[in-house]
Amino acid sequence: MPEINLVEAVNQALAYEMEHDPSVMALGEDIGVNGGVFRATLGLRERFGQDRVLDTPLSEVLIGAMSIGLSTMKIRPVAEIQFSGFLYSNLDNIINHASRMRNRTQGRLSCPMVIRSPSGGGIHAPEHHSESPEAMFAHVPGIRVVIPSSPLRAYGLLLAAIRDPDPVIFLEPTRLYRLFKQEVPDNGKAELLDVCLTIREGTDVTLVSWGAMMNEVQIAAETLSTEGIEAEVIDVATIKPLDMETILKSVAKTGRCVIVHEAPRCAGFGAEIAANLAEHGLLTLFAPVCRVTGYDAVMPLAKLEKSYIPSVEKIIKAVRKTVQFA
Amino acid sequence: MSTIAEFKIPYSQFLDHKGEVVQPLPEFAQDSKILIPLYRAMVEKRTFDSKAIALQRTGRMGTYASSLGQEAVGVGIGAAMKADDVLVPSYREYGAQFWRGVKMREVLLYWSGDERSNNYECQKTDLPICVTIGAHAGHAVGVAYALKLRNKNQAAVCTIGDGATSKGDFYEAINAAGVWKLPLVYVVSNNKFAISIRYEQQTAAQTIAQKAIAAGFSGEQIDGNDVIAVRQAVDQALQKARRGDGPTLIEAMTYRLSDHTTADDASRYRTQEELSQHWVFEPISRLRKYLTELKVWGKNEEDALIKECAAKVQREVDEYLNTPPQDPSGMFDHLYETLPSAFEDQREELRKKGRVHA
Ligand SMILES: Cc1ncc(C[n+]2csc(CCOP(=O)(O)OP(=O)(O)O)c2C)c(N)n1
Repeated sequence: MPEINLVEAVNQALAYEMEHDPSVMALGEDIGVNGGVFRATLGLRERFGQDRVLDTPLSEVLIGAMSIGLSTMKIRPVAEIQFSGFLYSNLDNIINHASRMRNRTQGRLSCPMVIRSPSGGGIHAPEHHSESPEAMFAHVPGIRVVIPSSPLRAYGLLLAAIRDPDPVIFLEPTRLYRLFKQEVPDNGKAELLDVCLTIREGTDVTLVSWGAMMNEVQIAAETLSTEGIEAEVIDVATIKPLDMETILKSVAKTGRCVIVHEAPRCAGFGAEIAANLAEHGLLTLFAPVCRVTGYDAVMPLAKLEKSYIPSVEKIIKAVRKTVQFA
Repeated sequence: MSTIAEFKIPYSQFLDHKGEVVQPLPEFAQDSKILIPLYRAMVEKRTFDSKAIALQRTGRMGTYASSLGQEAVGVGIGAAMKADDVLVPSYREYGAQFWRGVKMREVLLYWSGDERSNNYECQKTDLPICVTIGAHAGHAVGVAYALKLRNKNQAAVCTIGDGATSKGDFYEAINAAGVWKLPLVYVVSNNKFAISIRYEQQTAAQTIAQKAIAAGFSGEQIDGNDVIAVRQAVDQALQKARRGDGPTLIEAMTYRLSDHTTADDASRYRTQEELSQHWVFEPISRLRKYLTELKVWGKNEEDALIKECAAKVQREVDEYLNTPPQDPSGMFDHLYETLPSAFEDQREELRKKGRVHA
């Protein structure tokens, strides 16, 4: 089986679901003829026609609003917002409508829709193209927020997101789009939503992260292992709802926790995990919970983005400090 | 049934693509001393453009949005505006920005991913380019409202693309501009594309100019590859704005001869034939032909200009390449006027990092 990268896995999941569920459609800017600016929708228009792979006028608000209407009519829209910075204009649609239609109509109508958007920095993109907005969306009741960290997980999680009966914000880490490849069987098997995945077992510290940072976190874990520090690594994958049980169980075993995210520190999603640890796991902790995060600065343009994104080195230092805490 | 309202959208062009005058020229264009600087600015902009692409291709700059073929729009706007008017630009109107004092090296620094680039050395009032498409249409309303409040006889010009006119931001902005009769000129560079999306996929309206009618002010279409038409239309609209007669929407018909940006490959959605057909209408050669016929321009002038432009662009490129890197802690320098103490430790951490790397 040929190996594919993350963006190809997204494409494979979209194609699979469009093939098997005629109610699924894709919409967004430049997703048709151009196959998406990252080529996530490459070839879909040729296969499924321009009505189901819809090039929209340049309007994110329209894309979000229209997805709401489509989904109340039992079409399953998978909308692409070209870059995460352009999601912000859709907050009204997401917060006031997509997330509450089910509640407002007491179950009569709902919005099973997916908004896909590339997110995060590290690819030298222009201004507003490198945002990490997951915590903002996690704050919105009634939606799911999902971030894959590998081709395999992108395939399985996207299928799950499309099949989910409620709205899902699906943030794809651009830094991982073409970073590595995996064998991804095109078997239509969805991964479970709402659960964290333990991707490395360890006894000394729990390392919690998601999305692109999983790459640095895994490198850090392997390096630490050579020093005799065995980290348990957890990929949160579904940011909301958060599977705190898996994290608490791990921390009960290791007694230490380092949370890593690229987004700014203040009110980042790490704060939610740390608060839960304080509430439900305080007595299992041997050291203060530690966060390694982006800065509380505007995501800088390309030249300084490397200084902004937490490095492997910074993660390793934080872990050492946490493990050495008496 | 009776008709309650009828509208017309005028179209104007002075110099056709063959360099022939198709209607009596406005007064300024009868003076070659005014026309030549327009020509020079377009050639300079194009020289800059190819150099910028070369820098990107050789890994010395990031993604760059070229304005090949659209030189007349920016230059015409720049030439029509007064120094104390305010430009609220999209990212392709370098011609207008350069005319108004933005340095080439600042534009290069911007596309290399360095925030310091927007702190223009000589241009203190104009807004920086807006990457979130169309959002600045509303910023321009605020700018023009401020100018009106201060009653200083100034006006604002906002440039946007055809794709941007699909956004609510645009309609909301022109609506308000009409209500308050703002001293504001919108120039839409209709280059037929928004990345891969063509005009026809963007709107079913015959013209973008007519959208102004719905907002209660006049709209017109011009040949955006005729710098005389651009300068004339913007000049007239600015005069109208200064008289207190409200906004105007100018739809400048042009064509994007380049890829959308250096990250794009336009051959995925347009043919070589289509591209070649549009080269015939590009803005520079028609003015050269016209000036040559007037006998105010010849081979000597052209050769000298090419040399001058190359030298100027090279000087700017050198300055750009020699710009010392920003310390990472710079990301906190302009976050607030005074950085709250809550963030001091984060800035300090980056300072230390900067020292290690230095
Ligand atoms: C709000 C927003 N959505 C999407 C993008 C991505 N994008 C950048 S340029 C562009 C097309 C813009 O087309 P147009 O307004 O016609 O201007 P042109 O690039 O042709 O000059 C798109 C979709 C963006 N920058 N901002």
